[in-house]
Amino acid sequence: MSTTTANPITVLGRLTQEFFCGFGGLAVFGFQMLAGMRRGLPRRHVLVPILYEVGVRSVPVVLVTGTFIGMVMAVQTYNQFKMMHMESRLGAIITMTLVSELGPVLAATMLAGRVGSSMAAELGTMRVTEQVHAISALGADPVSYLVVPRFLACVTLIPLLTAIADSVGILAGWLFSWQVLGINSQHYWMYAEQFVTGWDVVAGLIKSVFFGCAIAIIACRQGFHCGAGAEGVGRAATQSFVLSFISILGLDFLLTVVLNTTYYMIWPQAVSLAVAGV
Amino acid sequence: MNDVASPSPSPPPPPPPIEMSDVSCIFGNQKVLWNLNLQISAGETVAIVGESGCGKSVTMKVMMQLLSQTSGQLKWFGKEVQLMASEERRTQRLKLGYLFQGAALFDSLTISENVAFGLRQSGSFSEHEIREIVLARLTEVGLTFDIFNKRPSEISGGMQKRVGLARALALNPDVMFYDEPTTGLDPVNSRRIDDLIYSVREAHGVTGIIVTHDLRTVQRVADRIIMLYPRAKISDGESQVIFNGSIAELADSSDSRVRDYIGDELDTRSTRKFASPLKNDSRRIA
Repeated sequence: MSTTTANPITVLGRLTQEFFCGFGGLAVFGFQMLAGMRRGLPRRHVLVPILYEVGVRSVPVVLVTGTFIGMVMAVQTYNQFKMMHMESRLGAIITMTLVSELGPVLAATMLAGRVGSSMAAELGTMRVTEQVHAISALGADPVSYLVVPRFLACVTLIPLLTAIADSVGILAGWLFSWQVLGINSQHYWMYAEQFVTGWDVVAGLIKSVFFGCAIAIIACRQGFHCGAGAEGVGRAATQSFVLSFISILGLDFLLTVVLNTTYYMIWPQAVSLAVAGV
Repeated sequence: MNDVASPSPSPPPPPPPIEMSDVSCIFGNQKVLWNLNLQISAGETVAIVGESGCGKSVTMKVMMQLLSQTSGQLKWFGKEVQLMASEERRTQRLKLGYLFQGAALFDSLTISENVAFGLRQSGSFSEHEIREIVLARLTEVGLTFDIFNKRPSEISGGMQKRVGLARALALNPDVMFYDEPTTGLDPVNSRRIDDLIYSVREAHGVTGIIVTHDLRTVQRVADRIIMLYPRAKISDGESQVIFNGSIAELADSSDSRVRDYIGDELDTRSTRKFASPLKNDSRRIA
């Protein structure tokens, strides 16, 4: 019986090695993708179907996600705010939460599942059936032809889809608060406007750009390096979603810290106002 | 100054299209190829045979640089591939065509778009020229108009192989690689593909390299046979190439490993070549 497999230090070492190898592999793949982009942008007939697949076909998923987040937010916060007689400020909390956190993170998570897994499975199948080799054999660069358009589609359209999710969530939250919870419509929008700044909207969209990068690079790399057969393709799709989800959460934390720090560096008076509770 | 004109020296022979020197390919702990030396001369058709796992397909993919060797030197047309800049390598690779085992057609494109793929990527042809070349190549492999706008999933395996061949030939390569071209095909379609391999060589003077288990294909189309043996089964210092010669020499080989592989399948009396069977006769293979 092997004792090395049960040794926790060995397991920890192996996991650490796998983590850094995986991270390094992603970085190398990202640089290959950037090099592919430098060689030229994809042609329209290649890019448009991918934009359609990533953007247009994701709209229903994003609409459903945004609508339910907005309504759930209204339900969850209403009772808490009512105890403090602050239910008229529901618009502020729903808008702020959706724009800066829940909208970008949940929209990206849904898109990691719908778009990322689909990309990983598609590229994995192309790998397994030697279509990726065929692209090389015909004098084209597989990274430029397959990865660059998908990366561009994710980077440009995931922020747009996030904006749609945010808007629909805010509208759904307003409709539910007004029609079901009896919140004054004017108060909803007034407090939303008072508490949510342009920076919050921009910060949320900046996050979604990074989430789009992460989803595209992880999904394409998993597809390009998938194992043999149907099992390999299935594993690539699953790993793509899991790794994208972890990356979204990790990036969200890092970006929140960085963006908040940047905000207070640019507007230091905001710190004193926040401490004073204004 | 010479008064008498000396006879002009004969031009040097063209460099071999493919030359491998001491090429090794290792995956993890597994040595698939070890110090392999092979040379393919212009115009010949070479079959690489051997039992499963001996590294036939890996050899061909290394020749095409779809896989990189762990060590050793590969030359295309006398130039070392590792020393080429990426753009030169891309240009040189366009002189090599590859027919994949499963045809590897792009699912999202139609048959004619598949054949046009390499032409469009090269950026050297107008749309009018591309349409003419696609039509000529698809007709050459015996396919008719009605399938041009179909997707690969809508045509049979034999047709897919022919489309794969048309796609590889579209860029007018000097060397064609055929990876198990008749595997999975019925005898009729196998003969069609053999006919095509032979006619491609006759019509275009293309150098051919075929990896196959099908000794009937070897008999029909190959000038020379190279037999590889799995690295794990040979001793250090021994070459992985256990046979390199003609069909007749293969049948007379006294090497027990060669005899075990060919068994009773090889009949040198039935060895034959085709006389350009496909010229002007697309109906025969349609």
